[in-house]
Amino acid sequence: MNKSLFALIGIAVVALAVLAFSPLFGMQFIPLNATGQEHDILTGIRLPRVLCAFAAGAMLSLSGMAFQALFRNPLATPFTLGVSSGAALGAALYIRFGIAFAILGISGTSVAAFGGALLSILLVYGLTKLKGGFSTPTLLLSGIAISFFFSSLILFIQYISGLTHSFRIVHWMMGSLSTTDYSKLANLLPFMGIGTLLLTFLHREMNLFMVGEDIAISRGVNTGLVKKLIFLAASLMVGGVVAVCGPIGFVGMMSPHICRLLVGADHRFLTPASFLFGGLFLTLCDTLTRILSGWSSGAELPVGVLTALLGGPFFILLLLNRRGGLDL
Amino acid sequence: MNTPIIQIENLSISIAGNMILNDVKLNVAEGDYVSIIGPNGAGKTTLIKCLAGIYDNWTGSIRLEGKPVSERSNRELAKLQSYVPQAEGRTNPLTVEEFVATGRYPHLSAFTSMQKEDYVAVDREINRAGLQPYRERRMATLSGGERQMAFIAAALAQNTKILLLDEPSTFLDYRHQSNVASILKSACRESGITVVAVHHDINTAMACSDRIHAIKNGVMVFSGSAEETADTGVLHNIYETEFNITPSPHSAIPIVTSGGNA
Repeated sequence: MNKSLFALIGIAVVALAVLAFSPLFGMQFIPLNATGQEHDILTGIRLPRVLCAFAAGAMLSLSGMAFQALFRNPLATPFTLGVSSGAALGAALYIRFGIAFAILGISGTSVAAFGGALLSILLVYGLTKLKGGFSTPTLLLSGIAISFFFSSLILFIQYISGLTHSFRIVHWMMGSLSTTDYSKLANLLPFMGIGTLLLTFLHREMNLFMVGEDIAISRGVNTGLVKKLIFLAASLMVGGVVAVCGPIGFVGMMSPHICRLLVGADHRFLTPASFLFGGLFLTLCDTLTRILSGWSSGAELPVGVLTALLGGPFFILLLLNRRGGLDL
Repeated sequence: MNTPIIQIENLSISIAGNMILNDVKLNVAEGDYVSIIGPNGAGKTTLIKCLAGIYDNWTGSIRLEGKPVSERSNRELAKLQSYVPQAEGRTNPLTVEEFVATGRYPHLSAFTSMQKEDYVAVDREINRAGLQPYRERRMATLSGGERQMAFIAAALAQNTKILLLDEPSTFLDYRHQSNVASILKSACRESGITVVAVHHDINTAMACSDRIHAIKNGVMVFSGSAEETADTGVLHNIYETEFNITPSPHSAIPIVTSGGNA
């Protein structure tokens, strides 16, 4: 019927295949018909980890997509805008000072990370607006400034923390999926659900923000309200992921861009495509780190390191290719 | 006489401490083609943006169909009026068809998808603007003239009684200037849409307008017909430069050139 729809179905098929086969791979291959201990590893350890990776990738990708539409800038992502750092700061503060609490089964770390994410979005938005526009330099500079400042605050918290807290913070800051289990998956899902639902309903508004705020207003968008909803959805998802997996960079930048090339820029297709592609991308990266650790038989490579290794060159490519087809 | 479709009274706005519009009054009759002219920086764009709801920190009163705009929701306003911004070179990654479909936004809710009537409106405007060959093309790959036609098509797909345009044909080549003029003329004369357009070029404004209003330093300094505008005294007062007015061999409306008697 339609090229975008075909591409979306293609991505969905690949995503399902990745979800189905990834649990089989790791330090050692485990066949689907395994029994006993191997079966327990498959269903008790690998399956929740693969599902966590998929959910986290999907959430990071969707928040990147929303930022890119809202700021009309291809380099706007949870990482470059300092939102990940904000979430990390929130989580680090909680780990250091927090009294253990849970709201409706959601951990305090997630709530604190969400708060940090929201704070940094509002800061970046306020700063760029004050400078009169979402130009790349202003946006990246604000993001970097906030990112550095929050990272320093995290270091400061570590400095005043005891060894136990400090170790927990360092370990978690690396961005890893290695300790995920079903309870962590349960902590991700509400954030994923609300964020995805919000953005799915806002697909037309995101199209109009991408075209320009003046046009959006003239078409009848309540821009103030929609902006708040998008900020809410994005901070929920970044906060949710960072609390569970630590800051994992660049998924939110690469995945929406690749999807735009595959299904086009209409958010009716781009939203589900970014969700699926982000999920399958992080799942593949995580599976690769597990296979690598099998070969090196050493400590596992944190997945955040791998995504950053892939993302760094991609970021430079985008910067060089600003006038190319990837431009928003 | 019927109530004017647009009634602006005592409209004033300051941006960053500068008074941009000062006590502007403007009435537009339904079905008219109205042009706003004036020197650079006079406040023409600001006036259109106040009307379009993009600026909302003005004082005074703007009524559409007799009802103050403050009493209407964004969506209600968007069903009544559409807006074509100044071509500023910014593009977007949507295809022409996807972009024209954004014009249907006020007619859709978050829970409904495009209906048959929406697709009909999108098709109609793509055809009217002569954009069929570019349907699947991304907006970024179009020429400035084609892109402007797509912006107009999207605004017309919004299916409103009022169309606001900010310098619709500036920067376009002659063929696209004439395409823009004829699509606006057809919208106004055949579909009965009220057009309010900022025009940079006096001849363009005179060729199509029922009424011409001139703004200078944020103040409305002249209102009249095309014939009344074609007066060296009137034009000198607006633009503070000399003009020549030459009768046109093809039309009742004369040709205005700047520069005085060289």
